[in-house]
Amino acid sequence: MTAVAVEAGPQASSLRHRLAERGVDSTLLLIAPATVFILLLFIYPFLYGLGLSFQPKEGGIGLGSYRRFFADAYEVGTIWKTMRLALPAAFFNVIASVPIAMKLRGRFRGKRLLSTMLVIPISLGTVLTAEGLLNFAGRAGWINRFLMAIHLVDRDHPLALVNNYWGVLFSLIITGVPFAFLLISSYLSGIDPSLEKAAAIMGADWRKRFSKIILPLLAPGLATTFMLTFVLAFSVFPSATLVGDPAGSTRVISLAAYQAYAEDFDYSSASAIAILMGLIELIVLALVMGWRSTLYRGSTGGKG
Amino acid sequence: MSNVVSAPPAPARPRRQIVATPSQWLVWGAVIIFLIMLAGVIVSVLVNSFGSAWFNSWLPEAFTTKWYSTAWKEFSLGPVITVTLVVALSVIIISVLLGVPASYILARRQFPGKKILYGLFMLPVLMPPITYGIPLATTLYRVNLAETLPGVIAANLVPAVPFVIMTMTPFIEQINPSIESAARMCGAKTGSIFTRVLAPLLVPGILASAVLVLVRTVGMFELTYLTAGPDSTTLVVKLYYAMNSAGIRAQQSVDAMAVVYMVSMLVILVVALRFVNPTQLVARVRDETLD
Repeated sequence: MTAVAVEAGPQASSLRHRLAERGVDSTLLLIAPATVFILLLFIYPFLYGLGLSFQPKEGGIGLGSYRRFFADAYEVGTIWKTMRLALPAAFFNVIASVPIAMKLRGRFRGKRLLSTMLVIPISLGTVLTAEGLLNFAGRAGWINRFLMAIHLVDRDHPLALVNNYWGVLFSLIITGVPFAFLLISSYLSGIDPSLEKAAAIMGADWRKRFSKIILPLLAPGLATTFMLTFVLAFSVFPSATLVGDPAGSTRVISLAAYQAYAEDFDYSSASAIAILMGLIELIVLALVMGWRSTLYRGSTGGKG
Repeated sequence: MSNVVSAPPAPARPRRQIVATPSQWLVWGAVIIFLIMLAGVIVSVLVNSFGSAWFNSWLPEAFTTKWYSTAWKEFSLGPVITVTLVVALSVIIISVLLGVPASYILARRQFPGKKILYGLFMLPVLMPPITYGIPLATTLYRVNLAETLPGVIAANLVPAVPFVIMTMTPFIEQINPSIESAARMCGAKTGSIFTRVLAPLLVPGILASAVLVLVRTVGMFELTYLTAGPDSTTLVVKLYYAMNSAGIRAQQSVDAMAVVYMVSMLVILVVALRFVNPTQLVARVRDETLD
């Protein structure tokens, strides 16, 4: 008995000891539930969907679902339609937010109120924004009414601002600009203001200060912001149906995936389109990240 | 910033500008136009929900509150709000229970495979919900959980757990580890360190992540839409259905429901902003997670 214990003891404890030295011990079990959860509800469905996408509706195993997607011009067109919405929206959101965030740096009265107001459209979400846009920008809405009152628009031909491409773009901008603004503001607050002050002392005007100091330090943050707003705009779904033209110019790829899933009950095609969506998004993110890795990534001197 | 002698504080604004520069006009103009648009979107829903008939005028002809009682009955808002609350509370409780221990390990320990695990937890946040929502819903249908309350809760947990981890990990990192070491030296076991030492310190962080999860779950459209059945629909999905079948229902009663959704969201928001700052509400993706 004792001999066995003595023999087994050092080996067992040394294995445990060696593992513990690398940071593996029983406390690590605390992370197990979350890991199991993610594996069960995210990784497993994803792999299941991936497998399903290679089992086309007509049976067998193969690329049938992908081939069907790429053979149908109506379906392939959704990629272009999504890009035509998501890229301009993401670019506009980032580019419009930079000067506003620059001007609203530092303290001023009502800053918290302003940021609170900006959070409202994000938390209200695309469904409610769509409802509002239909009322506000519709044919008899206040925008058209105002434009008619100042005789910019003919009374019989109100501007078609909703139920088309523009409606979706507006809804993406209304929810996206505050999002980009808040992110860029927090990146800007991480840049040490004394750097800019030093440049000003050396005689740099605001253009030089912006292009030589602020922009290089802000660029990685801009790339991140672009990626996040792009993800938001890329997966646009409710606004594309509600304020867009879901049969035509705003039949985006997420709508194609949803229709395959809920209307055709073609789970293989639906999974295939969802996987393609993820791939396209990864390509765009990889491009942005590739650009970002060429940028200066050192300290920004501030609290960030 | 290693200068020991701190510079005398510069005067905040040496001379106050009374006349704004053109660029300031431009920026404030853009902000004001944006706020007008935002107000228009919100106020037009509000006005329409109280209007009796509104065709070709600036404002409705008369005001009434009847659309609210119509909407309440037509869309069975009572049960829908109950479902929304049940889903949101369950998601909060479960995601905190799963997420906080995990973020404790991620914040405190070094172990092989930590980076991979962290990346795994971040994936659901970086993916658009539709891409993983469709395979997830298909899986839930296979195990007969789709169109049930547990299914909707499970689907909403997928982005919520990573979100709790993302908020809590930096929060735990800034708690001094020597407090735990001291407790351990006095003989406390891991369990009692968690309940007696860490838990009280973690309360602000947990509250913050709970309200963030609340805002996201109540507003989450895609995942609920893909997994909910007739008896497990949340408010935002119900609103979408009502809008999508426009013409069947009076537009005003749809707007009345939209106002109910808007008011509940604003109440949550006001509560949330007592615990977190606006930027946190948007994204808490640290730069490392995207590398």
